[in-house]
Amino acid sequence: MNMRKKAEGTMIIAGIIGAIMVIFIIIPIISMFIDVGISGFIRAAGDRSAMKAILLSMIAAVYATALSALFGIPLAYFLARKKFPGKKLIESIIDIPIVVPHIIAGIALLTVFGRHGVLGAPLDELGIRIADSMIGIVIAMMFVSAPFIINSAKEGFESVDPRLENVAMGLGASRTRAVITITVPLCMKNLLVGAIMTWARAISEFGAVMIIAYYPMVATTHIYTEYLHSGLETSVPIAALLLLICIIIFVILRTISARWKRYDQD
Amino acid sequence: MIKIESLSRSWDGFSLEDISFEVNEGEHFVVLGPTGSGKTLLLEIIAGFHFPDKGRILLRNSEITLLPPKKRGIGFVYQDYMLFPNMTVRDNIAYGLRVMGLKSKMIEQKVGELAGLLGIGGLLERFPGKLSGGEAQRTSLARALSIDPDILLLDEPMGALDPNLRSEIRTEISRLFKNRGTTIIHVTHSREDAIIMGDRIAIMKNGRIVQIDDSDRVFRHPRTKFVAEFVGVKNIFKGNSKKVGDLVYFKSQGITLVATTHIFGEVYASIRPEDIIISLQRMESSARNCIKGKVNELIDMGGIMRVMVDCGALFAVNITQASCAEMEISLGKEVYLIFKAQNVNLFS
Repeated sequence: MNMRKKAEGTMIIAGIIGAIMVIFIIIPIISMFIDVGISGFIRAAGDRSAMKAILLSMIAAVYATALSALFGIPLAYFLARKKFPGKKLIESIIDIPIVVPHIIAGIALLTVFGRHGVLGAPLDELGIRIADSMIGIVIAMMFVSAPFIINSAKEGFESVDPRLENVAMGLGASRTRAVITITVPLCMKNLLVGAIMTWARAISEFGAVMIIAYYPMVATTHIYTEYLHSGLETSVPIAALLLLICIIIFVILRTISARWKRYDQD
Repeated sequence: MIKIESLSRSWDGFSLEDISFEVNEGEHFVVLGPTGSGKTLLLEIIAGFHFPDKGRILLRNSEITLLPPKKRGIGFVYQDYMLFPNMTVRDNIAYGLRVMGLKSKMIEQKVGELAGLLGIGGLLERFPGKLSGGEAQRTSLARALSIDPDILLLDEPMGALDPNLRSEIRTEISRLFKNRGTTIIHVTHSREDAIIMGDRIAIMKNGRIVQIDDSDRVFRHPRTKFVAEFVGVKNIFKGNSKKVGDLVYFKSQGITLVATTHIFGEVYASIRPEDIIISLQRMESSARNCIKGKVNELIDMGGIMRVMVDCGALFAVNITQASCAEMEISLGKEVYLIFKAQNVNLFS
């Protein structure tokens, strides 16, 4: 009896402290929305350069997510299924973009893809510009967001018993076919959530993108320059609009992925 | 049919050393050994999921050692079935047929046939998460049989079933395999599965095969102490049982035992050596079984003496060193074995 009371007491305290955390996250968002008001949203939506920047952010983030998935998912599968010396090292390398300040990531990318960079210089001669172009934006976004899909996919692949693939191969399937027909459907939820996280991280990137591609301006860069030049009055409505769009898309995608069937919970 | 030649492989703490055996067409070959002896690894190498470090595998006289699994035509059934959770029973069974590229009409027909054969016709639209253990096991068998494999590999196929179901399914699938003439390599740690299903048995210990023999011989004539100990159940007899009044009479060559288990026909009987009492005279007691025999061998097991008594069939009896000395038990001495009917375990 006493024990039970005590245990519930712990839960009450955890709940109260936890509530503070939730409020801490939600208050600034609500406050910004109230501050902007409906008229602010309308004004921001009518600002063509702001809308262009938001659209650019969203499209570049889609490219970054697609490329991260293309290269990251096979890597995740490999890491989930193979044991090899140096595996821990590779896994740590994948996490580097998450832990370095993004402005540093941008500078590092610049030394490679900048106009005088290792790859940037020869490509520039061929007429392909990476810095200050869509390519540069996508590269910066990919660099900082790819770890999310890699880690999420890896976790998904690890959760699928490799013996299921064995059985499929025993029935005549190639490994590729086994993975596509059995493993991928079973961890589709991890892949979707990973992709959403990657996209969200890409769209919110500022530091790395700004260093490698100040122009064309993505939403975050646009908001930053507006803030510098015209102050809060013009930058806040655009920021609020971007936030609103992101939240709506985020909610839609999360709802879809939450409905995705979890076979192991049948 | 399939020949394993000096196969060795070490992997993840397990190792197989110098494994050789041959399985004949239509034979049910059992590899019996304790958990951790490398049985599953052996099967996975035969299926092509791993490659051996040394040795060869020959299927119908052609080498398949390094062939990828899809080119081998070997079926595999895991203990925990490994049904594809994202597919219905129907799609699970049809998987291999689709890979083969059969027409959907053919697939439909074949799936129906197999489902009928295994009694899962009503479950075709269910997902594996909604199947009982027995149903899942039947589904995995149907799926493995769908591609008409040259050889079927079974990894503890009865291991996850509860004991009641186990005996029923064991009999049923044994019959099914015999009817189809399927060649089987079956690994298990269950002595009962081995003796009932196996035509021949290989005993495995720490990655090595220590004895291969007909299933009766392995149990009656273990060649090493390990086999003798692992095979464990000492007094196993094959015979016939029938009901007389309230009791069950079991007849084997040379002996008749009284039992209480209600299983009739061709069965096995086993009695644990520690459940038997040795007496120097015939004794009136509540125990139903009292048979006369001669001491054939005495084995010192440290504190316990194992007395082998020939009563027509050979019985192993455990008694303490002290009673052995007191009763002056020696080779050739006439004794009576006494045990209760309820300690005679009949199984089929």
